[in-house]
Amino acid sequence: MDFSQSEEHTSIRDAVGKICAQFDDHYWLEKDRAGGFPHELHRAFADGGWLGICLPVAYGGSGMGITEAAVMMQTITASGAGLSGASAVHMNIFGLQPVAVFGTEEQKQRMLPPLIAGREKACFAVTEPNTGLNTTQLQTRAERVGDHYVLSGEKVWISTAQVAEKMLILARTTPQDQCSKPSLGLSLFYTSLDRKYVELCEIDKMGRKAVDSNQLFIDGLPVPVADRIGEEGRGFEYILHGMNPERILIAAEATGLGRAALNRATRYANERIVFNRPIGKNQAIQHPLAESWMELEAADLMTMRAAWKYDHGEPCGADANAAKYLAAEAGFEACQRAVMTHGGYGYAKEYHVERYLREIMIPRIAPISPQLILCYIAEKVLGLPKSY
Amino acid sequence: MQASDGLKSMVRSPTERIIDFYPAKEIDLKILVPVKRVIDYNIKVRVKADNTGVDLANVKMAMNPFDEIAIEEALRLKEAGVASEVVAISCGVTACQETLRTAMALGADRGILVETDVELQPLAVAKLLKAIALNESPQLIILGKQAIDDDANQTGQMLAALMGWSQATFASKVVVDASAGSVTVTREVDGGSETLTLTLPAIVTTDLRLNEPRYATLPNIMKAKKKPLDVIKPEILGIDVIPRLTTLKVTDPAPRSAGVKVANVAELIHKLKNEAKVIA
Repeated sequence: MDFSQSEEHTSIRDAVGKICAQFDDHYWLEKDRAGGFPHELHRAFADGGWLGICLPVAYGGSGMGITEAAVMMQTITASGAGLSGASAVHMNIFGLQPVAVFGTEEQKQRMLPPLIAGREKACFAVTEPNTGLNTTQLQTRAERVGDHYVLSGEKVWISTAQVAEKMLILARTTPQDQCSKPSLGLSLFYTSLDRKYVELCEIDKMGRKAVDSNQLFIDGLPVPVADRIGEEGRGFEYILHGMNPERILIAAEATGLGRAALNRATRYANERIVFNRPIGKNQAIQHPLAESWMELEAADLMTMRAAWKYDHGEPCGADANAAKYLAAEAGFEACQRAVMTHGGYGYAKEYHVERYLREIMIPRIAPISPQLILCYIAEKVLGLPKSY
Repeated sequence: MQASDGLKSMVRSPTERIIDFYPAKEIDLKILVPVKRVIDYNIKVRVKADNTGVDLANVKMAMNPFDEIAIEEALRLKEAGVASEVVAISCGVTACQETLRTAMALGADRGILVETDVELQPLAVAKLLKAIALNESPQLIILGKQAIDDDANQTGQMLAALMGWSQATFASKVVVDASAGSVTVTREVDGGSETLTLTLPAIVTTDLRLNEPRYATLPNIMKAKKKPLDVIKPEILGIDVIPRLTTLKVTDPAPRSAGVKVANVAELIHKLKNEAKVIA
């Protein structure tokens, strides 16, 4: 087993860190207050060729693994950019994997290069208000009419839809009662997000104000058959393909933000003098921070193991889920301890940690709840009866 | 790369009169850039408990920022068609390969590591660089003016002396005139700026305001993996790198004493006049 830092990972950390250093704490503080998509950050990553890190070389990508992408995303959140920075590029990193894997040559040529070059942004439209994590029950309909489909329905929690030209959308092409299996009958499309047929309602939310989350009302959106990815009815299977990588990336983002919080807390504990000594001299301050360091390191190891397995073509469902659970919880603990270490100042926005605490709730909740991960581990790893 | 290829093809073309203006030696303008692996400038340095030095265990290391500026300048000369090749060199432990990869990810064509675990001091580095330079025959060696770890500011000057080449230190502007075989350097000095013209081959050391270094792009990081990196030992070069200087003690700087708050401008003026005695 080799735990040494690879030269490549060090290069990625350095280069990504330098881009992030252009976007300082003040930038994110202001983005958190006023909102507005971090277009400059997205552009900087596009110009550096980073958006195609996992996509094939033939279309302008770099063909690297999820391990390298995880290192990249972790570096972004750890810079203090948090989930605001990560979510601005997250969809680009792995979202179009179904196109890369299941798309035709023509589709790949048409869809991937503009995304990698940053000329187009895409959003990922799967979740619906009435189905939650029960993805096979999706109700958005896609009816075939000649050479196109007509899509109607609702989607919710669709990040970056306000700024996206494109969307990857999952919709039902066959009613569920006519399908032999519940996972069939859904089809995947990568198509233009035409505002004439799609109404976007931004959701005002707890954190990550800069990167919008939306409810989508789709009413008769025409989608050319040429925009369907893979076979009709097999969209759910294609989407599943990207789920483990997404959990791995989210896990890496969570530990990155946790480390940013821990760094701030440690610095403050060393500098803040009360009763004529740094507060960090007190074990009540030290111990929770030491615990957070260990939790974050452990979660990071699990994340890297999941990424390694994925990149080596091994089943990684349990690892990816465990990584996302451990990383989100470790990140959350680190963020809330960072606030508590700062005392009253931790509650002030100018000390940044309260923003981290609001943002770290995202990887705790999304893309899957911690409870459902526990259910998954209990059922699939331990062999206990399915509980839901 | 494109620019220099363009220049070569111009020279090769027998029908072009331009060949008269570009004698063979200038298209071979090779630039050597030494790069040092140092503690990252963002890291708060901690002195070892036994005062023998700075604690480098598990500390993030990076390329010396002044060397990044040197690499950037060399790359700009190459992109402008003035230089044909940029070679990065590092002297030190095996991990310096990372620093060389970074240089190659920025655009250097290849790397040379002079590998040793011995603590290297400026004179030893200058001797090693001389040995490499004699072998590589560059027209220009661009170094950072100093490394941010020891702040010695000696290697470039020593190398110039050992080579017997002209030197221009603390450059804020570098213009190479390949046809004249010279480089014109603007230097930042106490009294303002000074402009020197040196005959090539020459040594230039970079100051902070020479340029703003680029970031490595992901495609270039990938390309850097395939660029050649040669590793040689000081013994092969016949250079004795044993340190001549002994560090007696390393300590933290004295902590700053706390400031005072003044109630108003009048009190401030009074204190500046009577206590600090900085105004009359």
